[in-house]
Amino acid sequence: MADDANAPAEPARDRWSIGDVEQWLPTVKVTIASIVLALVIGALLIIVSTPSVISSMSYFTSYPWDAFRNAGHAVGSSYWALLTGSVGSWTAITNTLSQAAPLICAGLGVTLAFRAGLFNIGAQGQLIIGAAFAGFVGFHTQLPGVSHLVAAILAGLLGGALWGGIAGFLKARTGAHEVIVTIMLNYTAMLLLSWLLSLKPFEQKNVANRISPLVDNNAAFPHVFGLHFGVLLAFVAAYGVWWLLNRTTLGFSMRAVGANADAARTAGMSVSMSYTMAMVIAGLLAGLAGVEQVLGDHVQLSTAFGGTVGFDAITVSLLGRATPLGTVLAGLLFGALSAGGTQMQATAGTSVSLTQILSALIVLFVAAPVLVKTIFRMKAVGDEGAVLAKGWNS
Amino acid sequence: MTATPAADQATVPTRAQVRDPAEVRRRTRLGVVLGLLAVLLAYFALAIHTAHVHYILVQVPSANTPVHTIASKPTLWVCAALVLCIGVAGAAGWLPKGWRSMLAMGVAGVAFALGFLIWAYSDQPSGAFEAKMVNPLPGTLAIATPLILGALAGCLCERAAVINVAIEAQFIMGAFFASMVGSMTASTSVGLLGGVAAGVGVAALLAVFAIKYQVNQVVLGVVLVLLATGLTGFLLDQIPSTEHATNLLNNPPILSPIAIPGLSDIPLVGQSLFDQTVLVYLMYVSVAFVSFLLFETRWGLRVRAVGEHPTAADTVGIKVNRMRWQSVLLGGVFAGLGGAYFTVGSTGAFDRGVTGGNGFIALAALIMGRWHPVGATVASLFFGFMWNLQNQLSFTQKIPSDLLGMTPYIATIIAVAGFVGRVRPPAADGEPYVKG
Repeated sequence: MADDANAPAEPARDRWSIGDVEQWLPTVKVTIASIVLALVIGALLIIVSTPSVISSMSYFTSYPWDAFRNAGHAVGSSYWALLTGSVGSWTAITNTLSQAAPLICAGLGVTLAFRAGLFNIGAQGQLIIGAAFAGFVGFHTQLPGVSHLVAAILAGLLGGALWGGIAGFLKARTGAHEVIVTIMLNYTAMLLLSWLLSLKPFEQKNVANRISPLVDNNAAFPHVFGLHFGVLLAFVAAYGVWWLLNRTTLGFSMRAVGANADAARTAGMSVSMSYTMAMVIAGLLAGLAGVEQVLGDHVQLSTAFGGTVGFDAITVSLLGRATPLGTVLAGLLFGALSAGGTQMQATAGTSVSLTQILSALIVLFVAAPVLVKTIFRMKAVGDEGAVLAKGWNS
Repeated sequence: MTATPAADQATVPTRAQVRDPAEVRRRTRLGVVLGLLAVLLAYFALAIHTAHVHYILVQVPSANTPVHTIASKPTLWVCAALVLCIGVAGAAGWLPKGWRSMLAMGVAGVAFALGFLIWAYSDQPSGAFEAKMVNPLPGTLAIATPLILGALAGCLCERAAVINVAIEAQFIMGAFFASMVGSMTASTSVGLLGGVAAGVGVAALLAVFAIKYQVNQVVLGVVLVLLATGLTGFLLDQIPSTEHATNLLNNPPILSPIAIPGLSDIPLVGQSLFDQTVLVYLMYVSVAFVSFLLFETRWGLRVRAVGEHPTAADTVGIKVNRMRWQSVLLGGVFAGLGGAYFTVGSTGAFDRGVTGGNGFIALAALIMGRWHPVGATVASLFFGFMWNLQNQLSFTQKIPSDLLGMTPYIATIIAVAGFVGRVRPPAADGEPYVKG
């Protein structure tokens, strides 16, 4: 399909041009404004929850400077810790990058599905199944040298692709809404993993709770400068998604279906093919995120595996406006928030939940550009921020 | 077409003469599924060895709880025969769509569940503690209560065409503020009000962004869940871990069951249904109230009109967005009550993850129940029943409880995939209305 000579050609573009500034500048402005707005609200939350500020409020009218000084100190130390914890040192940067890599991969899965008009909430489940497959090959089999790593990666990709494919296939064949199916598949995957962990091959010797053994050294990603090789794979995957969407027939038909399924069908594209393939590849990408955690970060499979990566991936993709580059940048930002949040809790004593609030607010504001523009008195420009997911009836 | 060559061209063939392919498919499916279940029950009957299974009629036994016995093999054969008969009747077309078919399905479901339970509880390893079959009703009801309340909230929103993926957010905030307000006032009923206020607060956010700023509503729901998780986690961390502060802010009194005189003495079901907390009674009333409101009142008709065809509704003078605001905010009341269940209604103090994704299950129940309050209630009860079963059967180890736990999720997938008939959302669901 990819080498079909009659495929509608896109206008030739310089691959590295920065594009039409008029087109992306407002988007960037709104995003930055959203981040600023979220940080301001976060600062207010810090201020009202800091005891020293509250106590100095009692004499605010006679000597207000204490309240301001304490507030400034609380906000300053929290955000400074957030900054140094994410980019302040090489360790911090590697932390950020290894947190960001799974977010980017899973986020790319959500992004790809968005472009095909599907809302993939199932990154969590796809990631879990991918990790279970990769982990199984990683700790249960013995293969020589690098072939073990390759086999484990491929198994993980296959697992994710299968789990995503179920949702895509059902959407294509029966019209079952992917939001509901993927939510249900998330729970099913968690229970499936929990059951697998009770079986012999997934058992760790002499450990009673359900935790898998570590993967074989052969199957683990090699580390360079404190970074594992899987981080690089995340960026390769981002390029791959960009290439797929913009340079292949399959990607073109996915985007066409996402923009208008009826028109795409009339033009002779297979809508069900696009849906199925989009979810298969989306699952594959989320599976890669699971692979990175198991083979790169040496996370053992457990009933709590995956944490919230699969759900954060949705926010990453939304913030990245469902573009590969945007997803990478958003993934890096969220990775930084995640790495810095731990530092913030440790040194400034501000709850790590603040980073969750910040990310939710950023996405909320990005999704409501009208609100942001009203607040910052920006010029209104037509349609933007459009992420291609519709209601139940799409 | 049945062969009636002598029939006059002008006579309209009766329904029995025309074979509607969809009807034929429905019958075949009914016959095959129930036949398979009957075979499974027969297998159970042949596979077990114990003659008797013990059961009790309450959920938590005390020293003097009477223990009853049931003959396992004969009961299993009766169940199998019953399911088979209903399957044959379905395949033969004696069960047209309607209340008779519903009733027959209900009977078949209960028969299968009973047979399955007998199988699951028989042949337990001797000597060890023997698990007894318990009355599934109290557990089912307890688990289903928040699901039903959440699904009602979703129903009100989505009938007015505002997609509510944020039920989970309403649960989280409802649970937190019910706990906090309940602790501060040392009163369960004020705690419930706190939960309601939080639910309505999230509903207001949903309405502002969905109706005023026209944000994609599925996206909005996901973001609101994240926001609620972060905000409650942040606030929870601000409560100092001293005993005094915890008691003051996160140690609410818990609702205690109130027996309704008379009704609670009904054998078998009375105690389960009518010796419950006020939240469960509120749930009963809410289902009836929302059904009545949506389908019997002028307000409900308008809400549904706005959800199906907002332009037409606007043309006849209905304020589309005002109706949507009202419906979403009213939904917040029920979702907030559902959230309060997780703290004031059951375990007390709020903790991270206390709602356990139940908001998303409520959404699934709403869709399985085809956007109807009663349907959503039945679907919620199904979820409650399965989870309760999962909890109970974890004692017998006959079937891995994780696999059993998947059943409701897989059932939902089967339902939305249309294997049990199409589900059709309100026509304008998720579309913002711009007066044009």
